[in-house]
Amino acid sequence: MSITRLTLGYVPLTDAAPLIIAHEMGFAGEEGLTLELRRLAAWSQARDLLGAGLIDAAQMLVPMPVAQSIGLGPDVPAFDLVMFLSQGGQAIVVNNHLAARMTDAGFRFDFSDAALAGQALFAASGGRLRIGVPFPFSTQVELIWLLLGASGFAVDGVQIVTVPPPRMADAMARSEVDAFCVGEPWASFAIERGLGAMLLPGIAIWASPPEKGLVMCRAFAEGRPEETGALMRVVWRACQWLDQPDNRGVAAEIISSERYLNLPPELAERGLTGRIFVNPQGRYRHCPGFISFGDGAANFPWKSLAAFFASRIAARNGRDPAEAARTAMACFRTDLYRRHLRPAGAPLPGASAKVEGTITRPRMVAAEQGQMILRPDAFFDGSVFDPPFPE
Amino acid sequence: MNERLTIIVVETDQARAAEIVEGLRLSGQHEIHVIVDDKGLAARIADCKPDIILIDISDPSRDVLEEIALAARPKEHPVAMFVDRSDAALTRAAIEAGVSAYVVDGLRADRIKPILDTAIARFNLFNRVRTELEATRAALEERKIIDRAKAILMKARGIDEEAAYALLRKTAMDQGKRIADIARQLVMAASLLR
Repeated sequence: MSITRLTLGYVPLTDAAPLIIAHEMGFAGEEGLTLELRRLAAWSQARDLLGAGLIDAAQMLVPMPVAQSIGLGPDVPAFDLVMFLSQGGQAIVVNNHLAARMTDAGFRFDFSDAALAGQALFAASGGRLRIGVPFPFSTQVELIWLLLGASGFAVDGVQIVTVPPPRMADAMARSEVDAFCVGEPWASFAIERGLGAMLLPGIAIWASPPEKGLVMCRAFAEGRPEETGALMRVVWRACQWLDQPDNRGVAAEIISSERYLNLPPELAERGLTGRIFVNPQGRYRHCPGFISFGDGAANFPWKSLAAFFASRIAARNGRDPAEAARTAMACFRTDLYRRHLRPAGAPLPGASAKVEGTITRPRMVAAEQGQMILRPDAFFDGSVFDPPFPE
Repeated sequence: MNERLTIIVVETDQARAAEIVEGLRLSGQHEIHVIVDDKGLAARIADCKPDIILIDISDPSRDVLEEIALAARPKEHPVAMFVDRSDAALTRAAIEAGVSAYVVDGLRADRIKPILDTAIARFNLFNRVRTELEATRAALEERKIIDRAKAILMKARGIDEEAAYALLRKTAMDQGKRIADIARQLVMAASLLR
């Protein structure tokens, strides 16, 4: 087997773990790959380097390739999302002023009831809120609208602003935002600095919010199937490794090193082990499943989720949601997932799209072979999303 | 076609900003603004009504610019990152040099090219100078830390400088590490024991 070198772009966040672990724990070598990991500072940088062919694949916010596919972005070659890298891992932080008002009103910051949290936030903010998110096309934006939309907030009372994750805490300290939704470890980082309180983890709003995906140029994914398949298997095995609870502590150490996140491991450990500090006073919550990498077919890129993100993004940007949904489904490559991960033994669902939001607890379903467990995908308000044409 | 262009350079490094601005001034009569941080970026862009924004491709503020571009009405201010597929070589050269450009809708390619060429040249020049500077600084720092480690060893073990250096080198070899790394660990440990 010849050694193939692939260059991958990642942004230093806890959910870059699958790529880092694939490299550091030797999974890459097992498939004859050498991975060169390139640390990036902006999501637009990942998109541009991938478009120009300067990197072979990138960790990317799941809604980014969706937005590209419906024409919201620069004119770069077509992208495909070949698998999800993580579900969850986000958290909403509110500033100390809001936290104090909510506490005074009897809210307990117990992570359990997003509906209650949304109402408390509405009462404390008077319906006016400036919220930081990492990128205009991000799962964080959808989590914010899912929560606020069902909690009485009107569109014109909410201002969503893009703030690069490492600057999120600064933006809160300078009162540029009242709250933010960001991937770990940047929520814990702000708590550690005493700037606010953690309102909710992403999974309390939506049981399985897909956060990052492995994205490549379509020309690469289709034209170089051997490398694509090898990379997908390597990353899938890293995700399986990461979802063994005993490995999470080691993972925190590895990803926190100077080469990658360059932060104290104690910070990344919180999200990875689900032991989350809610406020600077050291109150903590146990939040199992705060972030998942592989369990319950977490990596399977359901086409219905492309449709979900596309229709919402389109509606906010003056495009036709139904058409956007149909277009975007083509860039979630369930076909490549099946072809390349079947040999690795990944469980493969019978369908490639589903009605989103109907699963409230892990559910056993028919798989290509035997049965498999699907992770819960319910929204906190019980809403469901019907994709255009479930297969 | 000699209307002035309004150009914004977003750059936190003042030396590099000066370098780019100087290049742009030599290339034509333009109105140039430099923004050094992303505070109030949207308002400042709306004020200047730029034709072109130049920014380091790896500047985190780029994601903020993406949002501004998305919200912008065409022809009002720069709408999208410049990626001209008809001139793939130029686009690639820009990305490789680390330049990204946001360009107002409808600005002709022949007006963009000289600006981008200049920015690419200046970015490349600056990158080279910075790489050299950093290498020099790192080497100096390593020499300093090795000197401190030698001093610690000489004092603690009563050996001369040559023996101290030999000990550092042997330890580095045994551990498969660089001498500077061993020296750094020693200095750190010594500071804890003090």
